[in-house]
Amino acid sequence: MADAYIYDHVRTPRGRGKADGALHEVTALALATVPLKALKDRNNLPEDSVDDVILGVVDPVGEAGSDIARFAALKAGLGEAVPGVQINRFCASGLDAVNFAAAQVMSGQHELVIGGGAESMSRVGIGASGGAWPMDPSMAVPAYFMPQGVSADLIATKYGFSRDDVDSYAVQSQQRAGKAWDEGRFNKSVVPVKDINGLTILAKDEHMRPSTTMQSLAQLQPSFTMMAQMGGFDGVAVQSHPEIERVNYVHHAGNSSGIVDGAGAVLLGSKEAGSKYGLKPRAKIRAFANIGSEPAMMLTGPVDVTEKLFARSGMKTSDIDLFELNEAFASVVLRYIQAFDIDNARINVNGGAIALGHPLGATGAMILGTVLDELERTNKSTALVTLCIGGGMGTATIIERV
Amino acid sequence: MAYKNFKVETDSDGIALVTWDIPGRSMNVLDETSTSELDAIVKATTADAAVKGVVITSAKEAFCAGADLSMLEGMNQAYAKVFGEQGETAANQMLFDQSRRFSQVLRSIETSGKPWAAAINGLALGGGFEITLCCHYRVAAENPRTRLGLPEVKVGLFPGAGGTQRVPRLVPPQDAMTILLKGDPVTIEKAKALNLIHAIVPAADLVKAAKDWIKGGGKAVAPWDEKGFKLPGGPVFSKAGMMMFPAGNAIYRRETYDNYPAARAIMSCVYEGLQLPIDAALRVESRYFTSVLRSKEAAAMIRSLFLSMQELNKGARRPKDVPATKVKKVAVIGAGFMGASVGYVSARAGLDVVLIDRDQESADKGKAHAQKVIEDQIKKGRAKPTDAEALLARITPTADYAALKDVDLVIEAVFEDRKVKAETFAKAQEYLKPDVIFASNTSTLPITSLAEGFKDQGKFVGIHFFSPVEKMMLVEIIKGKNTGDVALATALDYVRQIGKTPIVVNDSRGFFANRCVGRYVAEGNEMFLEGVPPAMIENCAKMAGMPVGPLSLSDEVALDLGLKIMKATEADLGPNAINPDQKKLMVEMVEKQGRLGRKNSKGFYDYPEKGKGQKSLWPGLSALQPKQLDPDTLDIEELKQRFLVVQAVEAARTVEDHVITDPREADVGSILGFGFAPFTGGTLSYIDFMGTKKFVELCHKLEAKYGSRFTPPKLLEDMAAKGETFYGRFAPKKAAAA
Repeated sequence: MADAYIYDHVRTPRGRGKADGALHEVTALALATVPLKALKDRNNLPEDSVDDVILGVVDPVGEAGSDIARFAALKAGLGEAVPGVQINRFCASGLDAVNFAAAQVMSGQHELVIGGGAESMSRVGIGASGGAWPMDPSMAVPAYFMPQGVSADLIATKYGFSRDDVDSYAVQSQQRAGKAWDEGRFNKSVVPVKDINGLTILAKDEHMRPSTTMQSLAQLQPSFTMMAQMGGFDGVAVQSHPEIERVNYVHHAGNSSGIVDGAGAVLLGSKEAGSKYGLKPRAKIRAFANIGSEPAMMLTGPVDVTEKLFARSGMKTSDIDLFELNEAFASVVLRYIQAFDIDNARINVNGGAIALGHPLGATGAMILGTVLDELERTNKSTALVTLCIGGGMGTATIIERV
Repeated sequence: MAYKNFKVETDSDGIALVTWDIPGRSMNVLDETSTSELDAIVKATTADAAVKGVVITSAKEAFCAGADLSMLEGMNQAYAKVFGEQGETAANQMLFDQSRRFSQVLRSIETSGKPWAAAINGLALGGGFEITLCCHYRVAAENPRTRLGLPEVKVGLFPGAGGTQRVPRLVPPQDAMTILLKGDPVTIEKAKALNLIHAIVPAADLVKAAKDWIKGGGKAVAPWDEKGFKLPGGPVFSKAGMMMFPAGNAIYRRETYDNYPAARAIMSCVYEGLQLPIDAALRVESRYFTSVLRSKEAAAMIRSLFLSMQELNKGARRPKDVPATKVKKVAVIGAGFMGASVGYVSARAGLDVVLIDRDQESADKGKAHAQKVIEDQIKKGRAKPTDAEALLARITPTADYAALKDVDLVIEAVFEDRKVKAETFAKAQEYLKPDVIFASNTSTLPITSLAEGFKDQGKFVGIHFFSPVEKMMLVEIIKGKNTGDVALATALDYVRQIGKTPIVVNDSRGFFANRCVGRYVAEGNEMFLEGVPPAMIENCAKMAGMPVGPLSLSDEVALDLGLKIMKATEADLGPNAINPDQKKLMVEMVEKQGRLGRKNSKGFYDYPEKGKGQKSLWPGLSALQPKQLDPDTLDIEELKQRFLVVQAVEAARTVEDHVITDPREADVGSILGFGFAPFTGGTLSYIDFMGTKKFVELCHKLEAKYGSRFTPPKLLEDMAAKGETFYGRFAPKKAAAA
């Protein structure tokens, strides 16, 4: 089996996912095009050199619908011979796109592939693509469907994380992200989004609030209490985990991932492709895995998938220098730390989606790049990237510098 | 053509008036004959060029009370027959075809091309209401008592003749879901406001109004058959739909614990059906209807909650030779909490009540209780101020036993103490008319031995009410060894007069209901001592189908009372009759911690002051558990099973002990008396539908793990060996119904 190497990665800054966000004026197609074009330009990729473009989009409807990957590839000027495919595994779509790209290379069928993702949450809207899971009684009822925030609160309740615990974690995320920007740790990979005249629309992540404190977070009311009580999800939560008397609602906008617009992409290829196009490999994909986990708690999949990945790859926690777990909600990360007894200094060291935002389909590709940059900056070797996923799933990838 | 159940008269305007009037019945119910005749009428009127339109009404006080559910028993038998002969697929196909026939007849009305108007003269429920929904126009006669609705879900079914499709095409989804899932009928004013009916007119003008609508050019097309029809709540996959369905699914689970397939089927019918044109939608509804008809929940609920309950209410267990009695005046001795409530429900039913206590003040207090209850009813709109006056005028509080001289029935509800009771009997006896029946409302003392203190034991009977009496629909009638038929008949007639459901049980400690529910509470304590998290005990009990968790129920009953009963049982039957660890737990709670339950706001739960939040499990509980088990290692299904099995096996013992002689009474009694998982059909139906053999195996499995409280009685072993069921071996005598 061939090795799949990571040659480069880029991402856009993340714009606030609202009508007043800087990227709201940028179409989903234009947004998805940015990292593809950047990869082409930075690496001098000849026309038609890429075998496939795989992009994760979680709400692939409206302007983000009907296989945006093909059209972003065309718009980026990758060449008309470059096809594209859009995939969706909810929040891990971007990482799965990278894994699928790696699999194409490993199987020897493709030489150079781009995996990434794009999500214009301000324009398309979360949940716009509908779906049977929450709506169809034959699925929603047996799967104990609840909104993810309620599942996150259920995790906090079951594993004993208090409001202080989740808030402290959120403050840390903000501080780490602020410091990372201050020290220029993201500079290598963030490409500004520009208009048709070359004028910069956004160059820096827009959602962060590095000055966040415990006191400022304490002002925020829990976000999911009313939805859970009015919508019946409080009862669903308790029935899914009857050892709980009632859900302790601890999550709010300040300790949950931010809604943002953004796109990211990773260039992967075989050793041969690297030599052919004069690219220097930065890391290789060591292993990856997917898993389904308990759908009610929904967001504990990273624990299950990491166990699966460790078992398959014969690795253990101590073999991993840095962990990058998407900060969908603070309790997701705290549970992961608790399950593997990970040193807090080795996980999400440059902050995460609580501070920077979570452009659903793009995040997986973005955080893989972030941790690769950090491995290089600190001269470390191995990182594990993972995300929790709607419906109860987990995707994880281990990368190793070469 | 002449019909048996309908009369069809076509007037000079060419409007056919179809009047439903089943001979020999006080109400129209939907049966096979009515369905076939309605089918024939639709065909005939559609084919007859002289008929311009059709008005359907009823000659009874009500329009139609719904389907004759005993018809389903015939369908079940046919299903079993085809299943046996041709296999499951053929049987399912037969059931699908048969069970959707009525739905198809209704659809043929809707698409007949002739305008049909429903002249709703009174109550229209279930299939009766569905007939009106397929008509192109619905007009109701003014009558504050008329109710319209689809109560099928209450007996484990759902409106399978278009109800789940036409209602959400007429009213917004939230209202539609309430109508379908709660099954509570609405007044005609509400129905009009919801757009379920078009008009309300004075009763005298009803048929004319319906005819006028036809003459005025009433359109023979349902709104959903017109191009461009829009759902009142918008498409399923719309912003509004996304607000509605996920929450609807969650609320369904929160309220039902997903134990009721019919309710789930309603959700699916609405979700899937609203995405389809009406004909396909009706076909999908029929598929779900077939699947619900095949469910054991529907079979169990129809039998217990509809058929058996009706039979018991009609006096299935009443000695036939005793002429009907009517209690005009009842005396209640002991005007405490129970006595006062018994007085209230009697007076509410129109009986004169003498409320006796040791002094006037105590007796007055009992009457004051009645006043408070009726005032609450008025506030809730369930009674009129004039009802209160009349009711209170019927209650005479007194300390004078001489007031017993002209009563027809005496019910004593004095303190649960043999000596106090004996004194009461002695005092009362001197004033009673010769044939007066004397009843004790004791919940703990055996009736046979109590009767010994009464001069004519044949006239002594137990009438055991459940608390709160105003709400609890069950009354246990206890036959002592020497209780005579007249006493039994009188007690049954009285219970019928006050509108409650009686079960007749033979004498035993705890009779029937308290024996079973006692096991339930004790099982909760056992789990607590094993180290199951208290919340898990409570939630699993509710997930099993019980209305209240066992720890919560202990709190409601009062922990000190529980301890007292435990001590009394120990004193009477010896130390082996109770679990010493449970006693230790209760002693700790009551005597050391001062936690008496709801009554002092401290029990297994902490109770905040009214309006200051919900009750919460007392955080000190875990310190009283010898160990704590990791919930992730516990088998939730087994916890749920333990709660139901421990009660069902006790119910089986009551059959072996001849306390229960008719399985209907154990089933109805367990559901009405202590809320035993209604979807099972009751304690004995739970066993029958699981299969006696499988149940006995489950008992043995639980016995091996948890002890002899799960040991099945010999009767069950015997039944399992012979492949018998309770309803087979102890088949109720149906003919007894009056």
